[in-house]
Amino acid sequence: MAHADTHDHHDHDHKPAGIGRWLFATNHKDIGTMYMLFALVMFFLGGAMALGIRLELFKPGMQWFDPGFYNSLVTNHALIMIFGAVMPAWVGLANWMIPLQVGAPDMALPRMNNYSFWILPFAFTLLISSFFTAGGAPAGGWTLYPPLSLQAGDSFPLTIFAIHMMGISSIMGAINVIVTIMNMRAPGMTLLKLPLFCWTWLITAYLLIAVMPVLAGAVTMLLTDHYFGTSFFNPAGGGDPVMFQHIFWFFGHPEVYILILPAFGIVSEIIPTFARKPLFGYDAMVYATASIAFLSFIVWAHHMFTVGMPLAGQMFFMMSTMLIAIPTGVKVFNWTATMWKGSMTFEPPMLFAIAFLFLFTIGGFSGLMLAIAPADFQYQDTYFVVAHFHYVLVPGAVFAIMAGVYYWLPKWTGHMYNMTLAKWHFWMSTISVNVLFFPQHFLGLAGMPRRIPDYSTQFTDWNMVSSIGGFVFGFSQLLFVVLIWQCARGGAKATDKVWDGLMTGLEWTIPSPAPYHSFTEAPDLTGTPDSHH
Amino acid sequence: MLNRKVLSALGGVLAALPAFAYDSSYNMPAGVTDVAREVHGLHMTVFWVCVAIAVAVFGVMVYSIVSFRKSKGAVADQTMLHSTKVEIIWTVIPVLILISLAVPAAKTLVRMEDTRNAEISIKVTGYQWKWGYEYLGLGVNFFSTLAPSSNEARQLKSGIDPNSVKDYLLEVDRPVVVPVDTKVRLLLTGNDVIHSWWMPDFAVKKDAIPGFINEAWFKADKIGHYTGQCTELCGRDHGFMPIVVDVVSKEDYAKWLAAQQEATKAATAGASATATTAANTNAPAAASL
Repeated sequence: MAHADTHDHHDHDHKPAGIGRWLFATNHKDIGTMYMLFALVMFFLGGAMALGIRLELFKPGMQWFDPGFYNSLVTNHALIMIFGAVMPAWVGLANWMIPLQVGAPDMALPRMNNYSFWILPFAFTLLISSFFTAGGAPAGGWTLYPPLSLQAGDSFPLTIFAIHMMGISSIMGAINVIVTIMNMRAPGMTLLKLPLFCWTWLITAYLLIAVMPVLAGAVTMLLTDHYFGTSFFNPAGGGDPVMFQHIFWFFGHPEVYILILPAFGIVSEIIPTFARKPLFGYDAMVYATASIAFLSFIVWAHHMFTVGMPLAGQMFFMMSTMLIAIPTGVKVFNWTATMWKGSMTFEPPMLFAIAFLFLFTIGGFSGLMLAIAPADFQYQDTYFVVAHFHYVLVPGAVFAIMAGVYYWLPKWTGHMYNMTLAKWHFWMSTISVNVLFFPQHFLGLAGMPRRIPDYSTQFTDWNMVSSIGGFVFGFSQLLFVVLIWQCARGGAKATDKVWDGLMTGLEWTIPSPAPYHSFTEAPDLTGTPDSHH
Repeated sequence: MLNRKVLSALGGVLAALPAFAYDSSYNMPAGVTDVAREVHGLHMTVFWVCVAIAVAVFGVMVYSIVSFRKSKGAVADQTMLHSTKVEIIWTVIPVLILISLAVPAAKTLVRMEDTRNAEISIKVTGYQWKWGYEYLGLGVNFFSTLAPSSNEARQLKSGIDPNSVKDYLLEVDRPVVVPVDTKVRLLLTGNDVIHSWWMPDFAVKKDAIPGFINEAWFKADKIGHYTGQCTELCGRDHGFMPIVVDVVSKEDYAKWLAAQQEATKAATAGASATATTAANTNAPAAASL
């Protein structure tokens, strides 16, 4: 720190002491760190549940869990990974990086930033405590379809309130991102000079504000159906269980892009850095992101082709879903064109970004297959779908988060990390994630439904392979923890620029570690060229 | 030496690929109805389209990774920033590919939704956790539950090896029996929660939703024993309510039907509270929404 102090900061770099620094945190870096650590803890908790699932599925027959408890594992694995691991990791990265990338001293609304983080530990305590209620944790799937979800016992209000709290937290985080990017950019930083991570997060934040209230409405109606005698979704009272699915997926599909758009931003930053060549088609990337966000609002019912929609509805949702392949293709082609005629090196962030590029694209292919409604009747609710969304979420979103951590960790800690360990982590993760999820395509096509605790014996081999991949993947993540721990404790001093590459972002102009208060005087970008020139 | 070994291993894997892609334990079954074969055809078409795109795109990526390395002295072309021409090209080509996929898909979809002129209608009701079948107008209805042998073996720590059980988890006490080459219409509903009736060989998957009546149809052209499962999470024993359809000759079906009608008559005459009539009274009315 002494180095940073003498650099360009005089006396305002002192940090509050003790636990109060974290409880009453308003500093975007502290809050970002708490978000990231919280996400890491949830990643391991959700991962432990996934290993429970893979343990039970290792061979046919029920060896470990009651089927009801198995369903609770499936349900909570999803809720924890989506709302506890991936979304908080993105908000954590946004907290750390957006002020640094736009040249702002902090997030626009620091007190709200504190609330939005500190809601989360309470929300997840509520959710997880439901495991100890009569009737056990929620077991109706993270999609909470009624009437099944209404059969839950005492866990039900805990789950609903936990989801409400997660939603409030997300909305506050999103407001903060929008206000920061819209109002706190350095002078001269026009929108088309905005780094792509900021761009994708800005669009993500709008999606969050648009759809989290929809989810809140849906689960509130479940709550009143359960406790106050309403019949929104209860057919016995004239309600409509399919209406819940429409409302849920009107939230749920944009939610999918909430999980992946910031990943597009990170990859769009890392590939140019290590290809030493500016991002190809910056404008096209921005427009493609906006197009994907728009399309995400008109494709929701492709999650429900089997509910018996009118033919015209099925046609519409099939065609609109297929359209998503176009902007997504544009993105993949632009990343590829960025590597073309580059001068590439393969540091850990680049390795994860390239793995993202290949494996997310595989998830995109299976997504295109799923869009074909007649074929979807065969894929729907099978392991083919499980393989699809895990490809876009694990080597997709999670790898991009890891790429981001490997990219900016030296900027956060001031130390370089152990490159050999990072490469071990990369290769172990990349190989095992494919062993884990690729065979699930076969299982689904061959007829194995999802969310079942036991299976017919012809599915044994691929389930064993998948489980082995799962355990290797799970335990490989311990390397990540060791690496982060070591990097926080010490290591070779990182330079301001950290990497030998093409970096144009403002975060590389300040010292490593980033001083506690950065950009107290805004940098002036007036007159610098747009990112696409 | 090592290289040759690696190459021959790789060759072996590649040679195995076509078999790999068509073998039914790795791939969707071609099925036994025209619709199922069409769906399988669509699936294989879009699969090969994806493979072709993957070869092209991944090929360029791998070529870039191999060729444009700093360690090989590659110098980045800083002038390559954007090109409206290529952006248009790689937008238009996917559009054309998508149209070529959407047209046949739409045709199949129309066909799948055409439930007219069915010769037999069966009402299918999902229960936690079994299926109820009612042959409309034929006086036959029954429950179909997991076979006792599977049910015993699937209990927690039963000590029974599932491999020793015939058709573990895919066998029922009473299968659905339908005649070959006959259009059968299904009317699906749920009694308690949402279930989903899936028969991969017929390419039929339709949700059985309380308060709704959904329609689906199939016309199997091959006599045989076909298995499927519930595909909508419906609670604790979701994994244990399989579906079995026996497609038999028209003569065998007539015999089976007569025997069922006889048995039903005898049962209803004897006791009014048999399982089959309970199925009737439990079944929800065709609520309209």
